[in-house]
Amino acid sequence: MATNEATTSIKKLQVRRFKPDENPEKHYLNEETGIWAWMTTVDHKKIGLMYLASITVFFFIGGMLALLLRTELLSPARSFMDADVYNQVFTLHGAIMIFFFLIPSVPAALGNFVLPLQLGAKDVAFPRLNLASYYIYVIGALFTIFAIFTGGVDTGWTFYTPYSATTSGNVMAMTFGVFVLGFSSILTGLNFIVTIHKLRAPGLTWNKLPLNLWGLYATSLIQVLATPVLAITLLLLTMERLLGIGIFDPNLGGDPVLYQHFFWFYSHPAVYIMIVPGFGIISEVISTFSRKVIFGYWAIALSSLAIAFIGFLVWGHHMFTAGQSSLANMVFSFLTFLVGIPTGIKIFNWLATMYKGSIDLKTPMLYALVFLFLFTIGGFTGIMLGALSVDIHLHDTYYVVAHFHYVMMGGMVMAFLAGLHYWWPKMFGKMYNEFWARISCGLIFVGFNMTFLPQFVMGAQGMPRRYFNYIDQFQPFHQFSTMGAYVMGIGFFIMAGYLFHSLRKGERSGSNPWGSRALEWQTSSPVPLHNFEHTPVIINGPYDYHKPMSEFQLGIATSHNGHDHHAGDNTDISKTEKEQA
Amino acid sequence: MSQPSALEEKLDHLQHHFIDSDQQFEASKMGMWVFLVTEILFFGGLFVAYIAYRTWYPELYMLASTELNTFWGAVNTAVLIGSSLTVAMAIRSAQLNQIKGLIINLYITIALACVFMVIKFFEYSHKFEIGILPGSYYSYEGIAHEKANIFFSIYYMMTGLHGVHVLIGIGLMIWLVVKAKKNVFHSGYYTPVEITGLYWHLVDIIWIFLFPLLYLID
Repeated sequence: MATNEATTSIKKLQVRRFKPDENPEKHYLNEETGIWAWMTTVDHKKIGLMYLASITVFFFIGGMLALLLRTELLSPARSFMDADVYNQVFTLHGAIMIFFFLIPSVPAALGNFVLPLQLGAKDVAFPRLNLASYYIYVIGALFTIFAIFTGGVDTGWTFYTPYSATTSGNVMAMTFGVFVLGFSSILTGLNFIVTIHKLRAPGLTWNKLPLNLWGLYATSLIQVLATPVLAITLLLLTMERLLGIGIFDPNLGGDPVLYQHFFWFYSHPAVYIMIVPGFGIISEVISTFSRKVIFGYWAIALSSLAIAFIGFLVWGHHMFTAGQSSLANMVFSFLTFLVGIPTGIKIFNWLATMYKGSIDLKTPMLYALVFLFLFTIGGFTGIMLGALSVDIHLHDTYYVVAHFHYVMMGGMVMAFLAGLHYWWPKMFGKMYNEFWARISCGLIFVGFNMTFLPQFVMGAQGMPRRYFNYIDQFQPFHQFSTMGAYVMGIGFFIMAGYLFHSLRKGERSGSNPWGSRALEWQTSSPVPLHNFEHTPVIINGPYDYHKPMSEFQLGIATSHNGHDHHAGDNTDISKTEKEQA
Repeated sequence: MSQPSALEEKLDHLQHHFIDSDQQFEASKMGMWVFLVTEILFFGGLFVAYIAYRTWYPELYMLASTELNTFWGAVNTAVLIGSSLTVAMAIRSAQLNQIKGLIINLYITIALACVFMVIKFFEYSHKFEIGILPGSYYSYEGIAHEKANIFFSIYYMMTGLHGVHVLIGIGLMIWLVVKAKKNVFHSGYYTPVEITGLYWHLVDIIWIFLFPLLYLID
C-alpha cells in the first residue's frame, strides 16, 4: 500500500542550480534594523542570536562565580568569603550554568539559528511561539536575579527537601524562575518537533536529515517529555513553602526521597538535553572537516534516540545512598550501564569517519577533537559511578564534580564552542582570527584538564563536594585546580576578544568557507531574511562529499519561494512536498 | 481536514512560511498534540504522588474520600462531558461554515465550564468551613488518620490545577467567540477552534480520571 502510494505520488519538478550570492547586499542583519524590530522579530535567526547574547551573559556570570569559588578554595577555611556566601555562590554557579546556559545553549541558541536553514524552511513552524519562549526565558531569568538580591539561595542547584522548604533564602523566587524557564524549554522543543515533521524542503526525507537535526529532534523529545515533570515538582516545592502541603516534608508526614525521585526524573534526562544536541554538532563538524561521508549514519541517528529513551530509565542512580531498595539500586545500575552502548557507538562512528579522511584542523575541528577526548573520560568515569559498590565510596565527592564537568563542560561546552565557531561565518558573514582561536582552544583544553583531573584524585581520596573547608592534605590539589581555572578563564577572555574583533572588523567570509555540503551553507552569508531565495530541493545526503557541489545547490526553477504570490504552478509543488513529508 | 476550494479560497490566515492551508493546519494540530503530551506528564507527577501515598496508606484514602461529595462530583463529571460534546459540535459548525452555530456552541461550552467552576467553588468553601484547608492550615478533626492533611494536599493540588486549566479554557473560548464574531473563521480556516477543542477534551479527560480516583474509592 505504502509503496503504491509512493510510486503514484512522484511528480516531476523542474530544478536548476542556484549559486549562493557571495556578497549579499541585503540579509537578515541589515533588513529590519532598530531595537524595536529586534525585540519584536519572529525571525528564527534573530531570536537565535538574542538567545546567544543572553546565554553569553549567563555564561560570563556563572564563570565568574566559578572563579570566585576556586579562589576561595586556594586555602582551607575562610580566605575572603564566609561559608554561607560560599554556599550561595556554588548554588548560583550550578543553577545558572545548568538552567540558563547549558539547557538553552545548543537547542535554543544555535538550534534556533540553524534548524530551519538545515531543513530548507523559511522559519520554524510557530515563529511567534518561538519569540514568546524567548521572553519566557527572560522572565525566568529576572525571577532568578530577583532571588539573588533578596536573600539568595543556598540549597545547591538540586533544591533538595526538607532543607529547601525551610532555609531562609529566597527559594521560592528561584524555583519559580526555573519553573517559568521550563516552559520556554518545552515550547522550543515543541516547535522543533513540529518543524522537523512538517516543514522539510522537497526531497529532504528522514534518511537525508542532517545528524544535527536528529540530535535536536531527540533533545526536543526529552524536553517535551521531561520538563513538565520538573514543572510540577517545583510547583509542589513552591506550595510546600507557601502552604506547607507536606508531600515532601517529613515534619508534616511527607517523604523527601519522593522529591528526589521527582527531581531526577527530570534532571537526569535533562543532562541528555544538554549533551545530545552537542552530539549533533560534532557529527556535522567531523564530517565537514574530514571531507568524508559520515560513517554509520543510521547508527548515529538512532543512538541519539536510544540515549533519549534510556535516559528516562536511569534517574535512580542519583539516589543509591538515599535508602532505595537494593533491587531498585541494581536495576538502575544496570540500566545506567546501558547508556554507555549508544554513546560508545557514536564515538566509534566519529573515529571511523575521520579514518582516511582528509582532515583539516580548523578551530571547529579542534574543538570536536577536544570533545572526543574529554567526553570519553567523562563517559567512562560515569560508568564507574554507575557501578553500585564504587558509587557508595565516591558518592558526593569531588569525583562526581569532576565527572559532571567532564561531560558537561568537556562535552557539551566544547561541542557548543565547536558549533559556535563552525556557524559563526554563517551568522555574521565574518571570519574570526584563526591563530588566536587555536591559542584560545589550547588554553581552554589545558586549563580544563588542570582544573578537573586533580578533582578525580581528591574525590577518590574522600574530599566531599560542596564543602567550604578541607583538610591540609588536599591543598596542593585544590591549588593546582584553581590555577587551571585561571588558565581556562584567560582562554575564554581571548575568545571574547577575537570574536568581538571579528564582529567589528572581521574578514568577509564566503557563503561556504568550509566547503561543506550541508544545506545551510548553500545560501549566502549572512543569510537572507527568508533563508533561501528559492525553494531548495535535496537529492543527496548532507555528507555526500564524493558528489559535486552543483548537486547540492538545486532549487525549484519556477518558484520564488513564495516571495511572489501563490500562483497556479505552485500547487503541484506544494503537493509533492506534502507527500514527501 | 479543510477542503481548499480552488478559486474562492481565502488566504488571509496563511502565514508566509507555510506553503498552503493544509500544511499550516497539520502543523498547528500536531503542535497541540505535542502540547497535550506535556500536559499529561505535568499531571502525571501528581498522579505518581497520589499512587505513592495510596500504596503507603491505603486506609487513609478510604477514610478521607468519604469527606468528598460524590453527588456533586458526579454532576460535575456530567457537566464536563456535556461541554466536550458542545465543543465538538462547535468544530463541526466551523467545518460546515455555520458561524452562528459555532458561536452558540461556544457559548454553551463556556456556560457549562462556568457551572463546573461554581460547583467546585461550593465544594471548596464547604471544606474550608469545616477546617479542611490545604497544607499546614489543615485543622479538621473528623478523620482518624494522622496523615489526613496529605490526602487533602494532593486533592487540592490535583483539583486546583485542573480548575486553573478550566479557567484557561474559558478564556480561550471567549477569545474564539470574539474572533468568530469578526468572521475570521470559515470552513477553510478554523484551526484555533480545532486545537482549543483538543485542549478542552484533555481537560475533560483529566477530570474523568480525577473523579473516580478521588471520589469513588470508598
